Amino acid sequence: MKDEAVTREDRVASLKGMGCSRKRVEDARFTQGKGNYVDDIKLDGMLFGDFVRSPYAHAKITNIDTSAAMEVPGVLAVLTAADLAPLGLHWMPTLAGDKQMVLADGKVLFQGQEVAFVVAEDRYAAADGIEAVEVEYEELPVIVDPFEALQSDVILRPDTVGEDGSPSDGAHGPRKHHNHIFTWECGDKDPTEQVIANAEVVAEESMYYHRTHPCPLETCGCVASMDKVNGKLTLWGTFQAPHAIRTVVSLISGIEEHNIRVISPDIGGGFGNKVGAYPGYVCSVVASIVTGKPVKWIEDRMDNLMTTAFARDYWMKGRISATKDGKITGLHCHVTADHGGFDACADPTKFPAGFMNICTGSYDIPTAFLEVDGVYTNKAPGGVSYRCSFRVTEAVYFIERMIEVLAIELDMDASELRKINFIKKEQFPYKAALGWEYDSGDYHTAWDKAMNAVDYDGLRAEQKQRIEDFKAGKTRKLLGIGLTHFTEIVGAGPVKNCDILGLGMFDSCEIRIHPTGSAIARLGTISQGQGHATTFAQILASEIGLPADSITIEEGDTDTAPYGLGTYGSRSTPVAGAATAMAGRKIRAKAQMIAAYLLEVHDDDVEFDVDRFVVKGAPEKFKTMKEIAFAAYNQAIPGIEPGLEAVSYYDPPNMTYPFGAYVCVMEIDVDTGVTDIRQFYALDDCGTRINPMIIEGQIHGGLTEALAVALGQEIAYDDMGNVKTGTLMDFFLPTAWEVPNYETDHTVTPSPHHPIGAKGVGESPHVGGVPCFSNAVHDAFRAFGLRQTNMPHDHWRIWRTANELGLHD
Amino acid sequence: MIPASFEYHRPTDMAGVLSILVEHGDDARVMAGGHSLIPMMKLRMADVPHLIDLQDVGGLAGITVGDTITIGAMVTQSDIILHDALADAAPILREASLQIADPQVRYMGTVGGNVANGDPGNDMPGLMQCLDATFTVVGPNGERKIPAREFYEAAYMTGREDDEVMTAVSFAKPVGGHAYEKQKRKIGDYATAAAAVQIVKDGGTCASASIAMTNLSDTPVYSAAAGDALVGTSVDGDAIKAAVSAMLNDIDPVEDNRGPVAFKRHVAGVILARAIERAWSRA
Amino acid sequence: MTQKNQYKLNVNGQTVEVTAEPRELLIYTLREQLNITGPHIGCETSHCGACTVTIDGKSVKSCTMFVAQAEGKEITTIEGLGSPDALHPLQEAFKEHHGLQCGYCTPGMITRASKLLEEIPNPTEEEIRFGMAGNICRCTGYQNIVKSIKAAAAEINAAKEAAQ
Repeated sequence: MKDEAVTREDRVASLKGMGCSRKRVEDARFTQGKGNYVDDIKLDGMLFGDFVRSPYAHAKITNIDTSAAMEVPGVLAVLTAADLAPLGLHWMPTLAGDKQMVLADGKVLFQGQEVAFVVAEDRYAAADGIEAVEVEYEELPVIVDPFEALQSDVILRPDTVGEDGSPSDGAHGPRKHHNHIFTWECGDKDPTEQVIANAEVVAEESMYYHRTHPCPLETCGCVASMDKVNGKLTLWGTFQAPHAIRTVVSLISGIEEHNIRVISPDIGGGFGNKVGAYPGYVCSVVASIVTGKPVKWIEDRMDNLMTTAFARDYWMKGRISATKDGKITGLHCHVTADHGGFDACADPTKFPAGFMNICTGSYDIPTAFLEVDGVYTNKAPGGVSYRCSFRVTEAVYFIERMIEVLAIELDMDASELRKINFIKKEQFPYKAALGWEYDSGDYHTAWDKAMNAVDYDGLRAEQKQRIEDFKAGKTRKLLGIGLTHFTEIVGAGPVKNCDILGLGMFDSCEIRIHPTGSAIARLGTISQGQGHATTFAQILASEIGLPADSITIEEGDTDTAPYGLGTYGSRSTPVAGAATAMAGRKIRAKAQMIAAYLLEVHDDDVEFDVDRFVVKGAPEKFKTMKEIAFAAYNQAIPGIEPGLEAVSYYDPPNMTYPFGAYVCVMEIDVDTGVTDIRQFYALDDCGTRINPMIIEGQIHGGLTEALAVALGQEIAYDDMGNVKTGTLMDFFLPTAWEVPNYETDHTVTPSPHHPIGAKGVGESPHVGGVPCFSNAVHDAFRAFGLRQTNMPHDHWRIWRTANELGLHD
Repeated sequence: MIPASFEYHRPTDMAGVLSILVEHGDDARVMAGGHSLIPMMKLRMADVPHLIDLQDVGGLAGITVGDTITIGAMVTQSDIILHDALADAAPILREASLQIADPQVRYMGTVGGNVANGDPGNDMPGLMQCLDATFTVVGPNGERKIPAREFYEAAYMTGREDDEVMTAVSFAKPVGGHAYEKQKRKIGDYATAAAAVQIVKDGGTCASASIAMTNLSDTPVYSAAAGDALVGTSVDGDAIKAAVSAMLNDIDPVEDNRGPVAFKRHVAGVILARAIERAWSRA
Repeated sequence: MTQKNQYKLNVNGQTVEVTAEPRELLIYTLREQLNITGPHIGCETSHCGACTVTIDGKSVKSCTMFVAQAEGKEITTIEGLGSPDALHPLQEAFKEHHGLQCGYCTPGMITRASKLLEEIPNPTEEEIRFGMAGNICRCTGYQNIVKSIKAAAAEINAAKEAAQ
């Protein structure tokens, strides 16, 4: 035969399929400056829109005078709520079942809120026009504290009050107060209270997971182009979920969905910032319809930090009970969730607090109860999942802090306490007290590997010596050993319980094999740096036996790609990756019939082998997939349609549950609050590994974002609702100088229900990293009596901790 | 972030600069590297109808090293870092410059812009106080010299008149040990606290000491008392404590995102102590 | 709006003339007038470095320079560093060592790194981290960027040695 000299291993290698560190196909264009991001789009006659924004956090708008702005050369239109109201577009639905003002409708609820939209011939005229719009405000009392909001007579949202003056029902049930959004309960309330009341040991702690922001390097933006001749609207934008955006635009504009084409070009990082729908999209569409010209809107960095998609802002109160030997018996968690002026988080509809109910973590906790109260304040709307599945960072932070606090209460080593309580390998699939069924895991193996890798006992001995030296005045630096074992819940998700605006959270893949044996596959997801064009081709290469280099992956164009819910919550691999494998298997099934015909044997007498079908027991008789592809287009095969294409819509039977064991060793200067990461070890188990190089890159990146959040990154407000961290001077994005090298490691526990056993990885390092950095800070001060101090652990807050513990005396 | 419109001027000599300043008064501002002014203009916090770019004005970019060191206003931080003779003669300049902003900003940021702007976050003003530098400004009435220690009045308020242009800084070649110690949140940040120290050692005792602090008041703080506290001592723990406590009487930090006043005062003390120790070890 | 003026620049070896208001920022001139869209806008306050270009031998954040200031200058962007048939060693190394993810910071990052390797031909890891601290990346955590720059330095130095 023609390739006798080629071994089976060679054939496997030449596919560049799953498990190899294939170099990224995206990089040729990015390294040469030839990416195509939304702000690179330039259309004939394109106009620029930008917002007049409120300087106040809470104010009544008494008048908007646009006449001077209209005199500015180059300004073509100034839209206000009054212009949008007749179209019913002055408010829009949020993905959380709430609604949000597109342009201020009589009042503003947060600083930076969109008040008017100036459309001009270029950016410069738009900026000058914004300066010329005169808005009269009447300041109202500002509430930035959610606990105060729940006590206050001040009504933030008039639409939350019924005609009789009592709070009206919200999207998730009755309101407790006019500034209250929802209550979400999960688990067994009374049994949990009983277990805790009767427990030998109870640890109680409150913690605040501060407000922060995903802050991708590229801000949000779009270009809307209404073709009035054909009645077609094209919308390019930074959309992590282009299909959902198309549906939302159709629902709110009334334009039929087939007349809307949404395109996500290259996206300069998303991290959750680009999931939601923003007023800029709506205003650009309206402006394009009004002017008949394409309209571009691009946020500047201050707009981005102040208005689109904050994350976290969870006030969490926990009680955890255990036997005196350290076996956990119960967990109670209450959250006060500050959503700002509108509830604009992007959680699945039935989960107003996302998957916060994964907060029992990696531990076998028999009884638990969770209650979340959502609250309005005069802060920006959002509550997005910043590099995590829905609210999973908050959940993992909560449980990993509670474990540490319980260890203090028990006077026990925190690693030992974890080992006592890990869900055991043989308990999987494991039904957790708050409802989830964990698919697979081997926590003890991962943990032991991590402890050995860092020489945990050696570190503790060093720490003990350090404490003695500190007390003896020989050093002013403390050593913190941060531990975390996280369990993520990703891959939303099964349509039976996961939808957004009623859209089931399946995903999709459509494959076309070309006659010469190359292919294109299109998916409902969209890469924002994860390297989908590289890794999805690897899945397919292994599934259909054509080289990854011969497979184009295309995403983000709703006119060509099959419907899908997009990329966030580490859902691409668990859901679209599964769809890809399943579509590949459909291709293979048809290829099998073609091969059998060509080889003149029964279908059951051929079997797939790497890149070909061979006759069982006669490996010298085979047809390669390349040959089969050609035959599909050139032979008239009885009973088989020509062509070789397949589509799969995959509704996952369950979520996937990646996990990991992290250790951070941190030096802390108690006099200045300066921290130094001496070592960071990250073991991740994301199931089957598609591309180790890309996995490692995702982990480095996620850990760095975790470092930022734990050690300094926040969206801070003053009492007047002014954003104090609106530029990159104050909003902490670490540079290469502040970031350590990371050690990565892995175990492999495949997902039993996923076609290729993969679980997703992009968000794990962020979810696990934040508590690990934070626990290192806490651990350094444990010997001096610290139980809990809130993030971000920036210099002054660490200094304050040291000061309060008397370490400066 | 788009600045308001302005007229752009790029004169080729100082006479040209001054005539524009005289003609437009408050409406005109000179710009060197632009890395303080342009962000302010983009945020529309600075309104500059007439912008005078100094890049083509000759004679402002020189460095002369002798008993007196003179640095032209258009010399960049990068120029300072790369100038070996300057680093030999006044090593504190390179040490401080490396702690300013980031590589790109150091390529554009100038000594003149850094000292003339009066931004309390800038590092050069404190450094110049430590070195007892003299600033040369030129205006319609000719040239005048202003001691750095008398130049700063309040944030963005200096002894330079609106129609004057900073042309150079000069100072006697420093003697003794030096240190520029700075705590910041990250590269690109202003100081939480920074200390510039020059110490002269004679035998085992301190013959003279000059100490200045950055971003701990609305102006840079030259603390004569802190320096005096070291003179005549062996710069031991007690002397350093005395210097720190004298310095703390001279600073007046305000709370910002870097932290509350108590923290800043504490860190100022720690940073100064470290700077003194390092300078003394080099003296 | 003030009057527009003519400005002559040399960009990637070509002399070009643009008509612009003096307040136009160089990054917009490059991106919107000259269709040189490699340099990006990330922060607009000169912190992130996505807009980095080389101007007369200096690494400069082009969001913090008016086009009027750039008149008469020689400007090199990522587009001027290599060609599809002859990539710059840094472009090769970033591909080889996974030095990028979303790609948004990459043009500024590589452009800055090209200058860094002229400043320090054989940098240590510490020198790379310090010399690249004017460029923010949100995706990679920098570890593979450092690796890429080290590899490119070795490649460039080896080529130089071979040429001697």
